[in-house]
Order: sequence, then structure tokens, then C-alpha cells
Amino acid sequence: MAKIIVVTSGKGGVGKTTSSAAIGTGLALAGKKTVIVDFDIGLRNLDLIMGCERRVVYDFVNVINGEANLKQTLIKDKRVENLFILPASQTRDKDALTRDGVERVLKELSEDFDFIICDSPAGIESGAMMALYFADEAVVVTNPEVSSVRDSDRIIGMLSSKSQRAEHGKDGIKEHLLLTRYNPERVLKGEMLSVEDVKEILAIELIGVIPESQAVLNASNSGQPVILDKDSDAGQAYLDTVQRLLGETRPFRFLTVEKKGFIKRIFGG
Amino acid sequence: MSEHTLELKGSLFPLSVLHCTDLSIHTLEPLLAEKLAQAPGFFYQAPIVLNLQDNRNEPDFVALKQVFTKLNLVLVGVTGANNEQKTAAQQAGLAVLQAGKAPVKAAAAVVEKAVQPQVPQSTMDSKVVEQTVRSGQQIYAKGADLIIKGAVGAGAEVIADGNIHIYGSLRGKAIAGANGDHSKRVYCFNMQAELVSIAGNYWLSDSLQGEFWGKPACIKWQDESLVISELV
Repeated sequence: MAKIIVVTSGKGGVGKTTSSAAIGTGLALAGKKTVIVDFDIGLRNLDLIMGCERRVVYDFVNVINGEANLKQTLIKDKRVENLFILPASQTRDKDALTRDGVERVLKELSEDFDFIICDSPAGIESGAMMALYFADEAVVVTNPEVSSVRDSDRIIGMLSSKSQRAEHGKDGIKEHLLLTRYNPERVLKGEMLSVEDVKEILAIELIGVIPESQAVLNASNSGQPVILDKDSDAGQAYLDTVQRLLGETRPFRFLTVEKKGFIKRIFGG
Repeated sequence: MSEHTLELKGSLFPLSVLHCTDLSIHTLEPLLAEKLAQAPGFFYQAPIVLNLQDNRNEPDFVALKQVFTKLNLVLVGVTGANNEQKTAAQQAGLAVLQAGKAPVKAAAAVVEKAVQPQVPQSTMDSKVVEQTVRSGQQIYAKGADLIIKGAVGAGAEVIADGNIHIYGSLRGKAIAGANGDHSKRVYCFNMQAELVSIAGNYWLSDSLQGEFWGKPACIKWQDESLVISELV
């Protein structure tokens, strides 16, 4: 049985797809057979971030409608063993997903994979609800600013009331907080909420802090999950995050302002 | 998702109530027809409630119904009826409605509720919420105190007819004494509320940002105004 992890946030543009791609890739690097499912029907992005946009033939909606099978639809990653992508449909809308259809597809994936990462669309409407409904765990992606924190609070409320686990009275979804675009310098100036502030408001366990980094933008533009850029701060932070998801304890890095060395000060860094 | 759902929700509708001292058909029909002629179309198929307060005899409800139908009105029920009248009206298939008291309080709190029956003030229950109340969630303790073990997030609403106790931070709205009881209070461990209300009298966060902001506090109604004080 696979573990189903939804990557969600409520608010758009906080890094759900980037995080889904990085975490999925990281789990595959750790030897877990992983599939990343793009639930953002109509606004397909995951294929771009994963750099497989030219290889999309069939999509999630085709599988749900029985027009293609999973084997035909899953895209195997060329860089990392054990990593697959189930792309969203770009031409349809969120209503193309039915709960029965999604359940059937996830069940079938479950037999074959260790981890299923559901990349949720923004918002709290049917698409986002569908992505979180069958989840065992949730990664709540949050930027350190008030509107993102409030939307995350809202989605955490949804996770604990609108999921299958909640409805069937099982243990709730395990929620993890992933803070992205963290900039310690701006926190120090009081322009950004600190890790402690966000933890205090949302009151869920912290799984990772990803620093604001040029590496993330470069990675998106080149279709390489940032976690593969092992020298970058963001890549390392995602590697830590994946290890924590797998149950290891790792100290949190990149939380304080880095002192610039002599050479960096002269040549810029 | 195509599940069929069934819900019963209380709602308020404007209804025209007819007062007439003589409800015998031969008096009522011409009077009513005359009234309707003054504004033809305005009352077309309008739902009408018959007020029986000034009529102690028992009108022929079946015949009255026919008259209303003939005049393109829909007789839906009666109000102010005595026991015999109630029985007769019910047999004729009419609803017996309780006359509304004063207009429903305009407190921001009272959401999706019909006219509130008077809640007994003495024996109050309490409703306990074990976890944090998240943004967008709304919790109402009807006729009870509300106890929240976690925090109340920004954009969340906790409402009680009784007192409200919050053992975490209050960042959302807390509305105590929602049915109009001024003796109820709001207690919280960390005051950062968007709004606090006692019996419809409220303060926004601007008024709360003083000495007690971010601290344990209690809000009550005293001498015609809200008062905030520390928790000792």
C-alpha cells in the first residue's frame, strides 16, 4: 500500500508544484517508488517543472474516463530511477475529476508505488478537495507572510474535516508545515514572519524550511527539480525535508543570516 | 460529485398577514377583492397568513381557502389562533404559525437561524472543542457555554449563547451571549481578536489593541459598555 501525500496550501503561487516535484524526486532518490500526480486540471504545470512537457500523450482525465490505461499515461523520469509523473489535462476543467474516478486511479497506483504525491491546485474548491480527500499525510506549503498563513490555516481546517479519514472517523491526516521562500535577512528587518511566528499560528509540526533562492527559479526554468541541484541551499533544504518525511531527524538549516566572507563581500554572492 | 443531499435549514420569509374583524365569507370576499383591485398583480399568488387574534369564533377554513384561491392568493397558515381554531385550521391543511416577537436581533452572530425560542438562562450546558478552530470554521454552542482547548484562528468564528472560554490565542471572532444575555463573558488566554461581542455589542480589534493585546483577558458588559480586564 502506498502512502498518499497531498501537497497543498490554499493560496496560489507559494510553491506547491515546485515542492511536489522536489519531494517526489527526493523520495525516488531515496529508493522509494514514487508517482507525482498533477491535480491542477486545466492549469498543467508539473510537466514543465519536471521537464517532461514534450512527453505528455495521455493525461489523468483520460485515465479516469477509461480512454487510456495507467501504463500508457505514466511518464517515467529520465534522470531518476523509480520516479513517474501522472500529468493533468490542460484542455479540461476541475469538474472532469470524479471522486469515484480519482479513488479508482489512486487505488490502482497504490498497488505499485510506495508514495503517491498529489500536487493540489490552489483554492478550496472541488479540485483542491479532490486532491486532499484520499490523503494519508499533507504537506502544507506556506510562505512567511500573513495571507499565506491564513489560507494555510483554512486548508488545515479542511484537511481535518473534509477528508476521507475525517469522514470515516479514522485518525486524521498527518499535517506537516513546509515553509518556503524563507529569507532570514528580511525576517531580521521585520518584513517577514519568522519560523516561530508561523509555527505559533498554525500549530502543526514543521517538516522543512526552504530558503528563498535563485536556484528555485533556475530549476523551474530549466525543468530540473531543484532537489537535483545538490549544491544549492534550496536543494539541500528539500533533501533534509524528504529525510524528515521518511522519519529521520535533521537539524533545520538556513534559518539565520549567513555572514558573508571576505571574497563574497568583494565579488558579491 | 453527484450525491443527493437533504438538509433542513431554518429561514425567515416575509409573509403578508391578513387582519379582519369579520371572517365570514360574504363579508371577507368583497372586502378582499376591493383591496386587491387597488394594486392588481401586486399580491398575485402571494402567500398569506390569517391573523385570528380578533376572531374568537371558528371560521370555515376550507371555504376561506377556496376564496383565497379564487382571488389568486395562497393561504398558507394562521396565527394568533386559540386551541379550537388551531385544530380546525390544521384539519383544513393550514400551518399554525407562532406570531413573531420583536424583530430578530441584528447581531452579526445569528447566522442561518429562525426566530430563537427563549433559551432558559439557568441551567447551561457546555460544548467543548478539543482542537484549534481554523480560519473559515464556525462553531456555535446553542444554549450553552463554549470551551475551546486550542486557539481560534484569524477568520474563524466562535459563537455561544453562554460564555466563551478559549485556552489558546483568540485571533478570530468571539461572540458570547448571542441570544441577548448581557451577563455572558469572553475569556481567552491570548487576546488578538478580530472582534469580540457580548449580546450584540461588539469591539473590533482596534478597540482591543491596548494594554491587554497579546495577553490573557476577560471581556464583559458593565455599566452599558464593554469592559476588558486581566485574568487574575
